[in-house]
Amino acid sequence: MLTNQSPPPPASFELLRERAHQLRRNMLVQARGKGQGYVGQALGTAEFLSALYFNEMRYDAARMDDPDRDRFLMSTGHYALSLWAVFAEIGLISRDVLPLYGKDAGPIDMTTFDAVLGVEITGGSLGQGLGQAVGMALGHKMDKRTCRIFIETSDGELQEGSTWEAAMSASAFRLDNLVALIDCNGIQADGAIVIDMEPIAAKWQAFGWDVAEINGNDLEQVVNALVGARTRNGRPKAIVMRTKPGKGIPTLEAREKSHFIRVEAAEWEMLEQELERNYV
Amino acid sequence: MSNSGFQVSMAESLKAGTRQTVQAPFGLALAELAGKHEDVVGLTADLGKYTDILPFAKAFPDRYFNVGMAEQNLIAISAGLAKIGKVPFATTYGVFATRRAYEFIAVLCAHGHLNVKVFGALPGLTTSYGCSHQAIEDTGLMRLIPGLTVIDPCDATEIGQVVHTSYQIAGPVYVRLQRGNVIKALPEGYEFRHGKAQIVRQGSQIGIISTGLMTAHALDAAAALEKQGVSVAVLHAPCIKPFDAKAVVEFARSVERLATLENHVVAGGLATLVAEVLFEAGVSQKLVRMGLPDEYIECGSPGYLMDKYGISSARIEQKLSSMMKN
Ligand SMILES: Cc1ncc(C[n+]2csc(CCOP(=O)(O)OP(=O)(O)O)c2C)c(N)n1
Repeated sequence: MLTNQSPPPPASFELLRERAHQLRRNMLVQARGKGQGYVGQALGTAEFLSALYFNEMRYDAARMDDPDRDRFLMSTGHYALSLWAVFAEIGLISRDVLPLYGKDAGPIDMTTFDAVLGVEITGGSLGQGLGQAVGMALGHKMDKRTCRIFIETSDGELQEGSTWEAAMSASAFRLDNLVALIDCNGIQADGAIVIDMEPIAAKWQAFGWDVAEINGNDLEQVVNALVGARTRNGRPKAIVMRTKPGKGIPTLEAREKSHFIRVEAAEWEMLEQELERNYV
Repeated sequence: MSNSGFQVSMAESLKAGTRQTVQAPFGLALAELAGKHEDVVGLTADLGKYTDILPFAKAFPDRYFNVGMAEQNLIAISAGLAKIGKVPFATTYGVFATRRAYEFIAVLCAHGHLNVKVFGALPGLTTSYGCSHQAIEDTGLMRLIPGLTVIDPCDATEIGQVVHTSYQIAGPVYVRLQRGNVIKALPEGYEFRHGKAQIVRQGSQIGIISTGLMTAHALDAAAALEKQGVSVAVLHAPCIKPFDAKAVVEFARSVERLATLENHVVAGGLATLVAEVLFEAGVSQKLVRMGLPDEYIECGSPGYLMDKYGISSARIEQKLSSMMKN
């Protein structure tokens, strides 16, 4: 299990909560511009992205090519709008481009390409992230760099064999500079998870990882789990996060478990208001 | 959704505009086929909804298996089913079937000569989602596998026919699958014939050899050119492997100028096949290859991308016009 041996987090929870809220606004702006999108999934990611980018990770947004930076890899490329929501806050892109998400010849795509500043790996084809994270963590160990690799992966990706091949190698190579955040939102393309992957935490444990299982939409739990994952004991860290698609907007939280949440054109305004009302 | 008869609606997505479409022609045909043959099994890797297999799944829930997002396992399980006498139809996107599960298809299915039918959706530029989802080199990859049949159907009617034919073909089959509202474009009465290319429009000045969805664009462009007084013939070659060399050679000899058209990179697919068979037959003819360039293509709606990369009906029409000037 992950243990909390490190000092308490520096940033206040209140600040991180505000950041998460702003991320959700940014996500909604994008989805509204596109008329649809992976907004359900994205809304569930706000807490851990806030905790990573505004508390846990060591990086300078003005120097995203610094070899010593902590890196965040998003393995699910279709969560791109989550990343653009963050990038607008750390100044990698302008908030003005958010409504242009997914437009033909537009500035921000529906998926992720590593040619974009701040994007560490190309997404779109799932199950390819964790292996790359292992390679980076391994290389940093070789070079005796102290930076860490954080990677988001999903419950759907746990079904790809490549994910477990990577998990196996991470513990074999004693990569305690690697933290996997597993977004278990209970959905995949065909709706609710089609092949039961439980018990997820026990599987990672059996693969030699230190594991924490938390509510991924509870900021305090996320922050604390990340602090616990700082421990350098020769074991990679897995944080199994139970998240809720549509989180922060009750109407979307209640909507049918679907890969592509259907939103009518007239609904967006109401959803935006709901997001604000729900933030107390 | 009923198993008999297609559900027909009007196309809105294509610029050509006024064609009828059929919703999920693959799944409807598979359900029909499964009604006749108990050994048909349908499988997908978390893309049931997105590869149109649900009409089958609904009709035969006991013969439908969603293996989760695990494309290599999808093919391995299908191979196992085929080994004990089932006829599995496995669906995923073309990119995942060919790029990720390639070896499983080659060694298990093709070398093993197993009755596995793989339907790969989103051929070429038929998705907004960018290079990870655009199967732009699948035809080339798959035609290199010994013993694998490769088919690129044009429209809803042909997809239905190919489902039935692929059951009859002994051995593995790879089909490029269009999903969702699929247009009807081939002439009334057209029937898919395994291993055959067929002339779907007569003409003499330019001959286009096309495959898959591109035959619809070739027909549009040919109709537009006729109004300018240019006679364009279209040879539809859905069978990439086995390839109808004889029909291609005869067609090439019957026209003044020759072009190929495919929703695929111009290397390794249809254009390459045509060049091979013409050279082998001693036919020396200038060949204009229309298709995708040797590069990965960005995200964008299919209409936008096809226009940008020169395979929309309008761009093909321009290209044919310029051929007349040379
Ligand atoms: C290798 C691969 N197979 C299939 C797909 C198609 N696909 C896109 S998203 C998705 C669902 C995956 O579930 P998950 O990763 O849990 O994402 P979520 O349900 O949260 O969107 C699938 C199957 C893909 N992108 N990559």
